[in-house]
Formats: sequence, C-alpha cells, structure tokens
Amino acid sequence: MNARTPEFNLISEWILPNSRVLDLGCGDGTLLHHLKKTRQTTGYGMEIDPEKNIVAISRGINVIQSNLNSHEICDYFDEDSFDFVIMTQAIQVVSRPDLLIDEMLSVGKEGIITFPNFGHWRNLSRLFFQGRMPQNETLPNPWYNTANIHLCTFSDFEDLCDEKDIAIVERKVVNTQHQPSIFTRLSPNLLGEIALYRIKRKTKAPSNETFA
Amino acid sequence: MARGWYPKALMNMDLEFVNPQTLHIDTPLEMVSGSVLPQYDLVYETYGQLNKTASNALLICHALSGNHHVAGYYKGDKTPGWWNGYIGPGKPIDTDRFFVVCSNNLGGCHGSTGPASINPLTGQVYGPDFPIVTCKDWVHSQNQLRQHLKIDRWAAVIGGSMGGMQVLQWAIDYPEQLQHAIVIAAAPKLSAQNIAFNEVARRAIMTDPDFHNGRFIEANTTPKKGLALARMLGHLTYLSDDMMGSKFGRELREGKLNYNFDVEFQVESYLRYQGEKFVTKQNFDANTYLLMTKALDYFDPAADFDNNLSLALAKATAHFLVISFTSDWRFAPERSHEIVKALLDNDAAVSYAEVDSQHGHDAFLLPNAHYEGIFRAYMQRVLSDVTPEESS
Repeated sequence: MNARTPEFNLISEWILPNSRVLDLGCGDGTLLHHLKKTRQTTGYGMEIDPEKNIVAISRGINVIQSNLNSHEICDYFDEDSFDFVIMTQAIQVVSRPDLLIDEMLSVGKEGIITFPNFGHWRNLSRLFFQGRMPQNETLPNPWYNTANIHLCTFSDFEDLCDEKDIAIVERKVVNTQHQPSIFTRLSPNLLGEIALYRIKRKTKAPSNETFA
Repeated sequence: MARGWYPKALMNMDLEFVNPQTLHIDTPLEMVSGSVLPQYDLVYETYGQLNKTASNALLICHALSGNHHVAGYYKGDKTPGWWNGYIGPGKPIDTDRFFVVCSNNLGGCHGSTGPASINPLTGQVYGPDFPIVTCKDWVHSQNQLRQHLKIDRWAAVIGGSMGGMQVLQWAIDYPEQLQHAIVIAAAPKLSAQNIAFNEVARRAIMTDPDFHNGRFIEANTTPKKGLALARMLGHLTYLSDDMMGSKFGRELREGKLNYNFDVEFQVESYLRYQGEKFVTKQNFDANTYLLMTKALDYFDPAADFDNNLSLALAKATAHFLVISFTSDWRFAPERSHEIVKALLDNDAAVSYAEVDSQHGHDAFLLPNAHYEGIFRAYMQRVLSDVTPEESS
C-alpha cells in the first residue's frame, strides 16, 4: 500500500464508473491505475517528471509529459472532454493555481482538488510561537527549498472558489491518516490537515472566456 | 554512454552477422504521382523469430539517409546498423521477444529499386526518370512485404524523423494492420523552413556540373560536390547550437588562425568530413537524395482531409507513443504536440514524452536514459499485447 492510498480511496468514492478522467500531475500513475481497476475509467495523465512518466507508461497509463505551468491543457483538450479533472497535492506547487482551476473546469465537467491545509493549528502555532515557517509531515521541506509556493488555507481556497463563481459540490477534510474525526468536523480550517474538494462551475462560461 | 535501464553488460548484446534479403514484387504499384511501377525489389533485414501466430512482428521505418540495415553487424564489418543502440537482445526493441523487420524505402540506393537501378522496360538506368515517390507509396509497398511475410498485423510500426512520418501514414492507411504506432522526432508535415532547407540541398546537387540532369551514372561520374553540400546542410539541421558549441566551440584545427579560406575551425572540418563520408563511404545516390527530400516535402496526410489532422487520424485504431526532443529544431516538440493534439481529439490511446537532450534532431539515434526508459516501458506494453500463448 502506498502512503497516498487512503486519499486515492476517498477520491475514487466520488468517481462514477466508466468516467473519463484527466489527472493533472499524475505522478507514477497510481491513482489512474487505481481508478481504471476500480471504476473502469478512461483518460489521461499529465506529468512533467520523466522518471514518473516511465513508471506510468509501464503501468499502462496514457500519460502526456507536460508542464502544468505552461497552460497547455486547453490547447490539448476541448471543453468538457472529461467527467472529472483531478489534481492531488499539486495546486500549491503551480505558478498560477487560479488559472489552472479555470483550465480544469474548462476541459472537465467537475474538478477534484486535494491539498494540505496551511491553516492547520500546528502550522499556525509554529508561526505564532516560534515565528518560523511550518515544517512537518505534510510540509516536509524548509521554506527555501520547497515546491510548495502557493500554500493556502481551506478558507482561502473557498474564497477563491466563491470569487470565481465555482460551486463546492462536496468537501472532505481529513487528518494525515486520511481519517475524518470529530475535530476535523468541528473546525476544519484549524484542525483538518488535508482537504479533498469536488468543484464545478456554477454556470459554465463560454470556452473563449475561460482562459485568455 | 548514458545510463541504461538495465545493466548493459548483462542485458544488452549486439546482433551478429545479419543478412539482407530481397523481395521481388510483381504487383504493379500505383503511385500517388500517377505513375505506375510495374515491378520492383524491396531489400530488407529481419532479426529475431516470428512466433507461430505472427503476432510479435515489428516494422522499423528508416529516416532520410537510413536504410534496411538497422541493427547488428555484417560479417567482417565494424560498423553496426544505424539503430543498433536500441535494437538487439535485451535492448528496448528486444530481438529475443520480437521479430523485427526493416526495409529500404523504394527509391533508395541500398538495394531496393531506385534511380540507380535498371529500368526493366528500357534496360537503362532509371536516373531522373524514376517516378516521384511519396510516404504513401512507401507504406503501400511495405504492405506488400507484410503480406509476403504472412504477418496479419504488426505488433508495432516504429520510426524516427521521416520514419515517424511513415508510421503516421501506416496508422492512417492501414489502421487494422498495426496495433501500436511509435512516432519519434517527427512532424505531421514540413514547415516552410523545412522545405526551404530541402530546396537548398536539391539546388546544391542539381547545379553541380557533374549532375548531368540526373544522368550522371551514364556519364560515369557523380555530383560529389553537390551531394556533399546537401549532406552538410542536412547534417547541420540535425544538430543543435548548444551541442555544436560544446563539441566544437571555436576550436581551431591547427591551433592558430591562418587567415585564408582553408579549414580554420574544427566545425568546418567536421562538416566537410560528414559530406565526404556520405558521398564516398555511404555511396549515397544523388537522385535518391532528391527523391527522399521531395517525399518529405509532399508529406501532409491532413491534406486529403480538409487540412484537418484530427480527421486524418480519425480512423486510426493503433495505440500511440509520440516522442520528441527538447533541442530538436528541425522537428521541434511543438510539431509533435500537433500530432498528440490530433490523437487526443480522437480520444486515441496516446502517450507523449518530451525528452531532455542537447543533441538536436539526431537525439533519436543516441543513448539517453529517459528516452531509453520510455521506449523500454512502452515496448513492454507492446509485448503484453502479444499474448503469452501466442509466443512460440
């Protein structure tokens, strides 16, 4: 079992059988492989890392080597090409998460996004009491050497969705063991470590407007 | 050598003592140009064993100056086939598992009927009378070879550069006859710049006084200078600025400047050597060079489909692997994106890799860990479609 398996299990609960799926930053294709087996999905992965591409290809995944920052998604795919566009633990590493979300919801009918919560109390307390950037299991690297350049809290993310007229269809907030608890339910923004969001556009914008 | 996917000494061996064979075809070939070739020869090589159900066969398509000698050594020869690094026992194209076929393109000068062959109708050398061949004609003639070898369907058709274009043409013209298509460092058609380079190469050949309007064989000569120039130009477009910079820089041949028009810089010497080698050692036929560059210029499968490449590929059922190289400016990654996009439009099974390399267009022939890893992983997929009970 992979450390991300529980997260992937939570995601697959949302995926309808035979869906067409695009996985942005698909890594070695574990999630797509899982979805193919358990939900008979079809579709593609996009990933920039060559080593991971090799593993994904050997798993039978159709993977397009691509940089998510280059905004090629709308060049490659037409509007509503996918039932789900998934991005797990990657939104915080891209250069413009807001534009990428637009692209996701242009080529997909629904988006699924997971990311670590910067507003978790442990992060806040390290900032507040020690005056230092958080470093822990979810955010393992120091500030100067991290791919996580756009960390946000659940509230930040939900504000962005609100601004963009994006509906949050469903949200799951879990701890690092990917378990929901009484705490994550009580105060998700403070006590939840990882969130899984299922989002869609409230009114689908015309394709030429979504990304200029 | 770049790091291989498996320990090289353990897994990778070279094929030894390969031999070409010739297939004489009597079925007339109706060519795109309107000409008909009543009969012709195709010379080809095969490696590995065809299994009982003929389901493990691969067709390799060669590039402009390539030929059927794709891997292994001829007896007494020190230079292996042009893609020896990737084809052989334990290599990405594993001859212990696959039956590998490569033919010299029609119009070539290494054994298949071409401009230097005798026209059986006149008893004279074809020379400039050899009809213009296109990518479609090649695929058509290779399909005769497929039937001769009693192969229902290629497990994969694989090619780089011009060979990659043939792979596309195969997928479009004979969708049922290939299961996988591997298109490397190719483009869906030539750009104006590509055509311009080809035209300069052709002018170099055709304005050589020894060209004799293409009848140089009768005149007992060859347009050596023109052909060497054409090759030098072509070769330049296969290399990247970075690679030439790191390989030659401004290094001087004699360590000092002589202020004359002799070779001063190493890069000049290298290019002259490449041109010379092409003419003398490879014995490349100037008319073949003209034909091959023309075939490249004419290649545009979308033209028959309202200039819509997605429509052109709509009937393709093969699974695709498309590979490009970052420093390739002859057929840049953007050109491969066009192919990938057209395949995605059709919801085709396609994977795409953009390999980081400083070797320009030539990278598809050279060792590279990422390239080899992708290639190997994908060939495993091709192999998994050759069902185990079918392998003999």
